[in-house]
Amino acid sequence: MASVTYEHVTKKFSADTTAVDDLSLSIKDTEFMVLVGPSGCGKSTALRMLAGLEDITAGQIKIDDQVVNEMPPRDRDVAMVFQSYALYPHMTVFDNMAFGLKMRGSSRTEMDSRVKEAARILRLDQLLARKPRQLSGGQRQRVALGRAIVRQPRAFLLDEPLSNLDAMLRVQTRIELQKMHQRLGTTFIYVTHDQVEAMTMGDRIAVMKDGVLQQVAPPREIYDEPVNMYVAGFIGSPRMNFLPVTITDHQAKASGLELKLPKAPGVARGILGIRPEHFLPNVSADDAVIDLKVEVLEVLGADQYLYGKVGSDELIARVDPQLKVSVDDHVRLGINMRRLHLFDPETEQAVF
Amino acid sequence: MGTAIKADAVAPWHRRRVRIYDREAPLGYLLLVPTLLILGIFLLYPFLFGIWLSITDSELGNLGNFIGLGNYRFEWRNTDGVFYTAVANTFLYTGVTTVFKLALGLVMALLLNQAFPFRRFVRAALLLPYIIPTVLSYEAWRWMFDPTFSVINWLLVNTHLVAYPGPNWLGVPANAMAALMIVNVWRGTPFYAIAFLAGIQVIPLDLYEAARVDGATRWQQFTNITLPMLRPVLLVVLLLSTILTFADFQGPFVLTNGAPYNSTQLLSIWAYQWGIPGGAIGLGAAISLVLFPLLTLVVAGVLFMLRRPE
Repeated sequence: MASVTYEHVTKKFSADTTAVDDLSLSIKDTEFMVLVGPSGCGKSTALRMLAGLEDITAGQIKIDDQVVNEMPPRDRDVAMVFQSYALYPHMTVFDNMAFGLKMRGSSRTEMDSRVKEAARILRLDQLLARKPRQLSGGQRQRVALGRAIVRQPRAFLLDEPLSNLDAMLRVQTRIELQKMHQRLGTTFIYVTHDQVEAMTMGDRIAVMKDGVLQQVAPPREIYDEPVNMYVAGFIGSPRMNFLPVTITDHQAKASGLELKLPKAPGVARGILGIRPEHFLPNVSADDAVIDLKVEVLEVLGADQYLYGKVGSDELIARVDPQLKVSVDDHVRLGINMRRLHLFDPETEQAVF
Repeated sequence: MGTAIKADAVAPWHRRRVRIYDREAPLGYLLLVPTLLILGIFLLYPFLFGIWLSITDSELGNLGNFIGLGNYRFEWRNTDGVFYTAVANTFLYTGVTTVFKLALGLVMALLLNQAFPFRRFVRAALLLPYIIPTVLSYEAWRWMFDPTFSVINWLLVNTHLVAYPGPNWLGVPANAMAALMIVNVWRGTPFYAIAFLAGIQVIPLDLYEAARVDGATRWQQFTNITLPMLRPVLLVVLLLSTILTFADFQGPFVLTNGAPYNSTQLLSIWAYQWGIPGGAIGLGAAISLVLFPLLTLVVAGVLFMLRRPE
């Protein structure tokens, strides 16, 4: 069990490729922290620096209060689960899981009891004598987790551990990982590009882009109060609608709508952010109203998405699937003013 | 409908040809014929002819008469006292050089797998001993082994490693065998190194990363990942090299030709000496055929040592 601190950490692979740029992040003991962002945003590099697999160009990484910059991986007492699982193909499941203990010179009986215990938790008891190539994708993934668990490390580092599983198994394993986190009470640092994984699993989420940390907050806060257009667009599916507006005092005017902002932002131009799920089917007199010309509609059973135009701006709205709509219809929808966002078009930072 | 009309319009000879292409088994055999011919002419015929020669008293220019196992009896009884020496030397020569080639090749592959300047150039240069025509390089070695006038003893004496005049390399039995082995290791190691290097480079890097996080030292990574993952390459290289070394001829022929006093006599050299300069081609064939069951035993031994530890 340990806390992890990144202090102004930078990683350059060459003079002009910066993978991680001045990252400062502190992860509390027993926290489940998710690093999320598109591929190439530096999230994996940040994790690999913590594991000791990459050198740190500048800054410091601390585990508890100890600076680990120069410490070899074997002394950091962290365990890592790789996207490829990196199972040793020539060893049995038992030997794969016992490897870390063996390298540290644990006794045979201790290895035996710890591996058996982990195998029981992960339902691998019947497979201990198998080789990785005789296992299914889901079983391999559990062996990779088991190899980390038996070590009883100070922190678990997980690098996209679910991305090689099929959709069903991914949801299932996601839930099992959360249970495991609760049971083990250890710090988890989890890297993913999948915002659903981030939202569902993280105690807090760190959103990264181009090596730069954008925002760190609990899932609800990230969703409700994104600090900039990037975070607002990355978290949430379908993504938030962005409408350029001109502003005079309280009035904001887009190509096909006009509304009264809850407070005067003090800027002349802005970008309105409205999530597709924040449109209201029932329009009352004082709500802002849009008139959506529907171009495509998708019915998903529990949801219905309308893709269309308001004036000259593209827009997506999530509505009740019972609502009878056809292509080319004009649909009047209200806007939930309490969930409205406004961004500065120059800096892309949130105004509110 | 359309296809039926079209098929009628095709010329009969063309239809026949198409039918052969469509039938897999006859076509398969047809395509095998050239290969079988080549193998038959260049492998099977000489092999069977060799067996025939070994049970005759043939001489050069004279296909002799059937004499049963007479030639083998000559060997077995060790009539001229050389057969067992040659067998023992062949095993010694193969065994010692294989161990050295294996160890040195592995070290060389590990070094070449590191990043250093001019790596590509050094990797290519490493193959030189393997590329140079053997008669050339072995002649050069023979010259270098000259006790009085050449470079090896000059170096040994001038660095005060040995006293003047230095060892008589090719003239003393034990030295001559050592010299043969040194040259064989020199020539054979690059083959091992390149094969091992290829094997090392396909080992996924994330296995080493996983092992590092799991706490393995460099040495533990080597013994727990590199070596086991190299097993298939190791097996193939060891087999090939054992077979080639067991029947090696050029090096020993150029350097010592069995001398001094048959102390570096190998089965391959002895077979040649009886068969070609000695003219007793039947006996020569019988000697070289003795290699065959021995080699089978050696190969079985190697396979047994390297079997999967299940």
